Amino acid sequence: MIPTLIGVSLIVFFSIRFIPGDIVLVLSGARSDVTEEQRDQLRRNLGLDKPLPVQYVEWVGNAVQGDLGNSLKTQRSIATDIRSRMPVTIQLAIMAALVGLFVGIPAGVIAALRRGTRTELAAQGVALVGLSVPDFWLGTMFLLVASRYFAWYPGAQYVSIFDDVGKNLSIFILPALAVGISLSASLMRITRSALLDVMGSGYIVTARSKGLREAVVLRRHAFKNALIPIITVVGLQLGYLLGGVVIVETVFNLPGVGRYTVQAISDRDYPVVQATVLLITILVLFISLFVDILYAYVDPRIKYGSARSS
Amino acid sequence: MSAGAGTLEAGAELPRSARRQSFWSLYLRQFARNRGGMIGIIVLGAVAFSALFAPSVATHDPYEINRLVRLQGPSTAHWLGTDEFGRDLFSRIVFGARTSMSVAALAIVLATAIGAPSGIIAGYFGGWLDSLIMRVMDVIFSFPAILLALSITAILGPSLRNAAIALGIVYAPGFARIIRGPILSAKQLEYVEASRVIGASTPRILIRHLLPNVISPLVVTATVTFSFALLAEAALSFLGLGAQPPIPSWGVMLSDGRRFMESAPYLAIFPGLAVMLAVLASNLLGDALRDVLDPRLRL
Repeated sequence: MIPTLIGVSLIVFFSIRFIPGDIVLVLSGARSDVTEEQRDQLRRNLGLDKPLPVQYVEWVGNAVQGDLGNSLKTQRSIATDIRSRMPVTIQLAIMAALVGLFVGIPAGVIAALRRGTRTELAAQGVALVGLSVPDFWLGTMFLLVASRYFAWYPGAQYVSIFDDVGKNLSIFILPALAVGISLSASLMRITRSALLDVMGSGYIVTARSKGLREAVVLRRHAFKNALIPIITVVGLQLGYLLGGVVIVETVFNLPGVGRYTVQAISDRDYPVVQATVLLITILVLFISLFVDILYAYVDPRIKYGSARSS
Repeated sequence: MSAGAGTLEAGAELPRSARRQSFWSLYLRQFARNRGGMIGIIVLGAVAFSALFAPSVATHDPYEINRLVRLQGPSTAHWLGTDEFGRDLFSRIVFGARTSMSVAALAIVLATAIGAPSGIIAGYFGGWLDSLIMRVMDVIFSFPAILLALSITAILGPSLRNAAIALGIVYAPGFARIIRGPILSAKQLEYVEASRVIGASTPRILIRHLLPNVISPLVVTATVTFSFALLAEAALSFLGLGAQPPIPSWGVMLSDGRRFMESAPYLAIFPGLAVMLAVLASNLLGDALRDVLDPRLRL
């Protein structure tokens, strides 16, 4: 985990050096009204006048203390900007994850239990389509259908969940569905195959033959054992989920970290891009760590000894 | 090829060409029985055909501006309607296939070119080289894919070529990981040891004896990743970081179409359907290939 964190920060830090040409010239553009002094000033603001290792240590040191520098465009503190936008992104990610879990897992269980029927075939077909739909297009279609056929326009103005729950949810429901559907598709597929795997094993036969009701067999014996691969997939999909959130925020004009990043990219506001990419990646890493810990809780057979490195 | 290897293999009952053919035809027959896979290959083939022969498939010039037919709905003259410049949407979607398929294909080639040798070297040589390579791959892998692709195109500048480079880098660790495993287990098998004993060189062992072990996982990964790459290319272009106007690209068309959602919703609907169809086809193909080539993993 620690070496990965350092690696991530190195890549994010040095990425800005790979910009072809002189970054200062790129940023100040071909504008003739930018004087040489102003360019030097910009160079100093970016810390480009110091040796590279010093720059890196300073950048990481500041980042750890919550100082992510200032936006080149607005001069505002990036940390403050991110703090006000993070709740939007986190709420969208959580709601999308909930959509994924509550649609994907039951659908997978049903598909596994109805093996060989049309229900299974339909569930698999829907899942495959769900995996193939671009989430930003799905979001666009939701908006289209909502406004055209239901004359429903989700609020254009963001409202915090702490101010007005109803209004807040009406803004978040469509983007959460758009992002959550692809997650639910992959969860349905893995739930189905994990459950089918488990259902064929000896202890299920034992459980049935000792007279347990099918519901108990399913809940106590089958589902618990199928949970491990499901959790693995949830962990692996997190990055994908957050990627979807980043793009869908742009579609729905949600003032989250994703739209902030996309806007910064088109403004070539590199310190902002560095900060958000670093932050989101660290967030994903920490949630993955949490998922790893969850394994041990779900499956007592898994114990993390000192031999484990990452 | 050395003479020694020739005499060794001459001891088998069948000529080598015949044996190899039967090995692949077994897979081929299994694949042909997979209905999803066949649908996938037909649809993907059709998309690839439109991409390759776009000028013949398209009914109009995708760049031709005609202000007289702005924002017209689907008709016999313009099958899928026209955009805000009066350009034919069907023709632009056909040419868009060219954009999407070539970026995705280039990304896969690049990811394989980076990932496969890394995985083979890491798996075969082990030790510090393995740790170093896989650490680097782990770090790249820990970024959310689309976010990393976004940042790389932001750095290199928005263009189709850079989008392909970005996606190639993003997907490389997946290839390295999937290839390292089989190499790691195969290198300990007796036949590899035997060939080392009779004096085969390292490159020969790698290419002749270890590489065949990774072909199946490589093919499956490439197909699955191809569908991711199609989606990612659309997303990058949608955000303005991939194809630049006026190049026909599904992502850009979708993003442009959003401005006319009230008057001409089909402008946003059809490009998205095109993306979905291509991705669906390559997912079907990927599933079928996995069933045939890697029966342990069934989804």
